[in-house]
Amino acid sequence: MQFFNSDKIYDLMRYKIPFLGLSLFLFLASLGLLSTKGLNFGIDFVGGSVIQVKYTTTAPIDLIRAELEKTQHLKNAVVSEFGSDDEVLIKITNTSTDLGSDIGDQITSILAPTGEFELRRVDMVGPKVGNELKEKGIIALSLTLLVILIYVSFRFEWRFAVASIIALVHDIIIAIGFISLFSVEVNLDILAALLTILGYSINDTIIVFDRIREGVSKSISDDLNHLVNHSISNTLARTTLTSLTTLFVVFTLYLFGSEIISGFAFTLLIGIVIGTYSSIFIAATILVQLRFSVNDFRQKEAEKVKKQKEKDRIRAMYEKGIV
Amino acid sequence: MNFFNYRVIIFLLCSVFGIVFTIPSIIQSDFGQKVSLGLDLQGGMHIRLGVKTDEAVQNKIKSISTSLKYFAQKDNILIEDFRFDESSIKFVLLDSDEMKKLDDELSTIQGLDIIKDDLLNYTITLQVQEIELVKDMAVSQAVETIRNRLDQFGLAEPTVIRQGISDIVVELPGIKNAEEEKQARELIARPANLELMAVDEVRDDQVYSLNERTARDYGSIIVPDAKDDKIKHLLKELPILTGEDVVDARVAFDESNQPIINFTLSSAGARIFGDFTAKNIGNRLAIVLDGKVYSSPVIRERIGGGSGQISGGFTIIEAGNVAIALRSGALPASVEMLEKRSVGPSLGADSIKASMIALVGGFVLVMIFMIVYYGYAGIISNLALISNIFIILAVMALFGATLTLPGMAGIVLTVGMAVDANVIINERIREFLKEGKSVAKAIEDGYANAMRAILDANITTLLAAVILYAYGTGPIKGFAITISIGILASMITAILGTHGVYLTLSHKITKAKNTRKWFGLKQG
Repeated sequence: MQFFNSDKIYDLMRYKIPFLGLSLFLFLASLGLLSTKGLNFGIDFVGGSVIQVKYTTTAPIDLIRAELEKTQHLKNAVVSEFGSDDEVLIKITNTSTDLGSDIGDQITSILAPTGEFELRRVDMVGPKVGNELKEKGIIALSLTLLVILIYVSFRFEWRFAVASIIALVHDIIIAIGFISLFSVEVNLDILAALLTILGYSINDTIIVFDRIREGVSKSISDDLNHLVNHSISNTLARTTLTSLTTLFVVFTLYLFGSEIISGFAFTLLIGIVIGTYSSIFIAATILVQLRFSVNDFRQKEAEKVKKQKEKDRIRAMYEKGIV
Repeated sequence: MNFFNYRVIIFLLCSVFGIVFTIPSIIQSDFGQKVSLGLDLQGGMHIRLGVKTDEAVQNKIKSISTSLKYFAQKDNILIEDFRFDESSIKFVLLDSDEMKKLDDELSTIQGLDIIKDDLLNYTITLQVQEIELVKDMAVSQAVETIRNRLDQFGLAEPTVIRQGISDIVVELPGIKNAEEEKQARELIARPANLELMAVDEVRDDQVYSLNERTARDYGSIIVPDAKDDKIKHLLKELPILTGEDVVDARVAFDESNQPIINFTLSSAGARIFGDFTAKNIGNRLAIVLDGKVYSSPVIRERIGGGSGQISGGFTIIEAGNVAIALRSGALPASVEMLEKRSVGPSLGADSIKASMIALVGGFVLVMIFMIVYYGYAGIISNLALISNIFIILAVMALFGATLTLPGMAGIVLTVGMAVDANVIINERIREFLKEGKSVAKAIEDGYANAMRAILDANITTLLAAVILYAYGTGPIKGFAITISIGILASMITAILGTHGVYLTLSHKITKAKNTRKWFGLKQG
């Protein structure tokens, strides 16, 4: 079976303006959403408590709300159904630092009149820990970008690195835009998903860049546009196939994974689609826009080869005992 | 025909390794290393505690005060106006002749800054390094104490580790219900500060007309009763003995069959206790636990045996907890809960079920797709994929890594990504076959050309995973672990392994002359 005719070269560079425009639109729209709607941060980053309660029968949500209302510091609790109708999630902005009587114990006694239930999960994150997690999250994201920048510069050339970083930032921002649009609750797992998208998207981009690098050294053409078209078309089957297999599993994770992991799976789903799109339509386009020069790169590569040969020659001489 | 080339051998060895070391985890045998499940999958409690280290410094000041006062009394050194607060001790030495003796005693205590003026007003504070040391000691001692308590509580494999400067992470897997969880929390939090204190016999009858400040001026403090908060006792501020001098504590029953706690003092403690009781016959002695008076019996005679009891309406469970806490020592400072995550066992089981469905479902989908798209080459990739999963589980079992819910997601994701290498390779092989290369040559060039891209791609993903591990917490670390192991394992299975299989079969493939069957290529 074959999806794409591998002999065909698609002239993607001809449509670079519309694609760049679409990306720019999505990017700006995401930034707009972020600044107006913002993100729905969960307790991991802002602190608070989450209690998951499972009833033996259908959960009496109104009754639960009424009982919680009676207690002063639980007035702002948000009660919602979770996964099925016998299970509810209670979110509270308060935290209790007292070990002897924690928020779970309080909820247990307050909800006693509402029926038979079991506390399945009690999460409490104090403000100090929340700030720390936020800090660590930002460090992790920036560090990952930095490390990728260094690695790609080292393996390719700085323009490749800059182009891939721009593509990555593009992916992350748009993914965050969707997270904001769909009000996905942002906790540590979403951060993990974003970092996975980074890894995944750079993976895709590198495969395309590798082809460009190969094309340059094999002297397929001096015309960068043509070279890029060639490389993207050659890798098109691989890029879509891998995305497809990954999408299969992430989609099953989204459908059948538990409620707790659905935000994570959703973020991955979005990220993989955008990551694939940017690897095909954006990353190489930016490389072209950065005025990557085929001849310069070829010269540098040739020099590298020359240097290596020189080294080998000297070593050979040394080994033979001439020097 | 090179049936057993080194690639196939390595692949087979790794697969056997993977299967053998995964078996104990799958059949849950008692032999061998198993993959341990994270708290989110098996249920349990994770809490992060903050130690209030300032309290430890205050306690240090207090204990220095106690020993100074004891010393002065013993050696008949007259000091007056003795007072202490959170950070300093102040007093006046009445007789300058005794200055040397006092200074000698003070010099035996480390880390003090001593200021005295011409009028023999002493001001004693702790040096900055000493304060840091006290705080540091307090945290490590709290870790030790909490660990001891939980070990005696009888839960399987509690973990207590220090995190950062003043935090402690406690993980308790296998908690069965909310009641047990609450008990464990209470046990951790109980300061277990036992103090034997003298009742201020002169002013005890005025206790209700005094406030904290005025009581303090007399060198006394007001302490509530354990049975009823409204009942107050006026006690001498400095304790005679503290829990530090307790070497053992056991639950026993009194005449009316109520649970009580018998404690035994160290020999030094017993001596101090003996001296005190001898001098104070007819006065009362208060037994104070965590800032509450449990009893205040009248001293009838010198008590030399060095033992005592705490009674006062305990339930059996409570008495047991107090005894454990006393045996394992007092917390040097109280702790507060900064973060808590607890998952009930039923939720953990649900999560396992849900992610297993996703894992198996995704896995089957990918395998079917690979066979449909690539033919026999797809089967070879699938072999690598299956082997990959076994290797991930085996490595996790061997290193005692924990499988968490995000870790499960990591494995699911690895399934999707591990076929990537094979997709890249297969696409390359197809290209070369189309160019008219022979099967053997196409395989060789396909692997050679794909290698660079696969390595670059895998290394960048691995870098991201390492950072995720370094900056992630708890369950997220589990995700980073499974992804990292998955990538490394895929290098062996998907690159080396499949290459070996092709080499072994290359004669057969050449003979078959059917690239459609073998690589899913359109004929012609």
